[in-house]
Amino acid sequence: MKKSSRLPQHLVQLGILLAVLLAWYWATLPGGINHLLLPPPIPVFEGFWVLFTTDSIWPDLLVTVREWVSAVVIASVSGCVLGYIISRSNYAVRVFDPLLAGLYSIPAILLFPLYLLFFGLGPGSKIAIGTTIAFFPIVLNTIAGLAYVDKAYVTAARSMGASDLQLFWSVMLPAAFPVVLTGLRIGCIVAFLSILGGETISSLAGLGHRIVSLAENMESSRMFSNILFAVLMAIVINGIVSFAEARGRRGMQ
Amino acid sequence: MTGRRGPVMSPGMARLLVIAGLLAVWEIGARLYADPLFLCPPSQALVALQDIFADPKIVRAIEITIYEVVVAFVVSVSVGMAIGLVVGLQGFTKRAILPVILLLYAIPQATILPLFILSFGIGPAAKIAFGVSHGIFPVIVTTVAGVQNLRPTLLTAARSMGANRWQVFTSIIFPHMIPSFFTGMRLGMTLVLLGVLLAELYVSTAGIGFYTRLFAESFAPPDLFALISVLAAIAVTLNELCRTAERHFSRWHAN
Repeated sequence: MKKSSRLPQHLVQLGILLAVLLAWYWATLPGGINHLLLPPPIPVFEGFWVLFTTDSIWPDLLVTVREWVSAVVIASVSGCVLGYIISRSNYAVRVFDPLLAGLYSIPAILLFPLYLLFFGLGPGSKIAIGTTIAFFPIVLNTIAGLAYVDKAYVTAARSMGASDLQLFWSVMLPAAFPVVLTGLRIGCIVAFLSILGGETISSLAGLGHRIVSLAENMESSRMFSNILFAVLMAIVINGIVSFAEARGRRGMQ
Repeated sequence: MTGRRGPVMSPGMARLLVIAGLLAVWEIGARLYADPLFLCPPSQALVALQDIFADPKIVRAIEITIYEVVVAFVVSVSVGMAIGLVVGLQGFTKRAILPVILLLYAIPQATILPLFILSFGIGPAAKIAFGVSHGIFPVIVTTVAGVQNLRPTLLTAARSMGANRWQVFTSIIFPHMIPSFFTGMRLGMTLVLLGVLLAELYVSTAGIGFYTRLFAESFAPPDLFALISVLAAIAVTLNELCRTAERHFSRWHAN
């Protein structure tokens, strides 16, 4: 039952994909869109495979991944710790939650020129911007998860004589975990996006840098191959993080 | 479980004190230790604020950025909500199309920024398009999620009492969507700002992003901080507007 009802929706998805590819091919036939704006698909896919051999993407990829991992680690640790400390007291939540939410609404990318001054053109400024942007969803979700646990659970656990530690491990953490995980997932993704953004604006190496320098040299076909790679990478990261989130959620139950 | 009466100070007061404390630390730290080429105390930024508003070119830049953000936001919300409703209201389209939309959402837009510039030029059009490419997805996704939260009993009840499609939409679907709709609007606003600024920082001849970059590259931190604070004020105001609207329209939900 389940399997047969899934087939049509996968067909629709496949159809959309094919339609996009066909439209792309058709638009780049002679007399179509300028190849500088949209190169034909076949050279793009050929260029994609070359990325792993002669036109090696590995050094740039390594730079971006290192920046990403550093930013995610710093933001997760600081965000979870700060979120936990704030969520300990209702008063602190009421003081800091709106403050952090307000800061979150400020587009941190504006700080990037400043970070360039502070940390230079290298990985430092990208780690800084990635950390800044990933920090807020993580800390806000940690607070939201821990501070807004249903009071009935807490009262019930208390009335059954749970200690602080027991309350935390058996009630607060399982109840808050999904929300905190969501924050971490968002943090991982926005860190990656903002690092790519930073690399696009100013950098010495990395995926974003590669794409921009190809764009500036008008090498559209190779640029598209690299964009394709970055898109696939983002999808893979998204998939891994969502998978980890789902696993973590199930693990807690 | 101490202090049931709670502290004497209201949270809002305490928040102001925290902000004032941070500014004081910054002021003292910057005066004592910072290299004036890289960091300035907030008092100097405050002074620079006057220069900024006195310069018609910068005022024009702020107007351009606001214009780009507003257009991109309106397009994102209206188109995004329409797509979200079309996709979300039917189980089949939701299962078939939503994964495609999520896939597009996952694309790092920064990598296709050069394409936007190639296609739309270095003027406002590219920034608006790039802002929409950021802002539209959270609106779609939260609209779909909002429709999803609908309890089927309510729909059945309304239908069995003879409500037509429009009545079902205005009295059941729409009120239910409000909380997630405003969440989407808030997220969309944040991302539209991000997209517009990213595009301006990348390449532009006007707008806040252009001047931010100019001030950073000419080592003028007071101007830079003044401009960032202007933009921060705009962002916080827009965000607060969304929050107030959200609270206003989801009052019924509170109980």
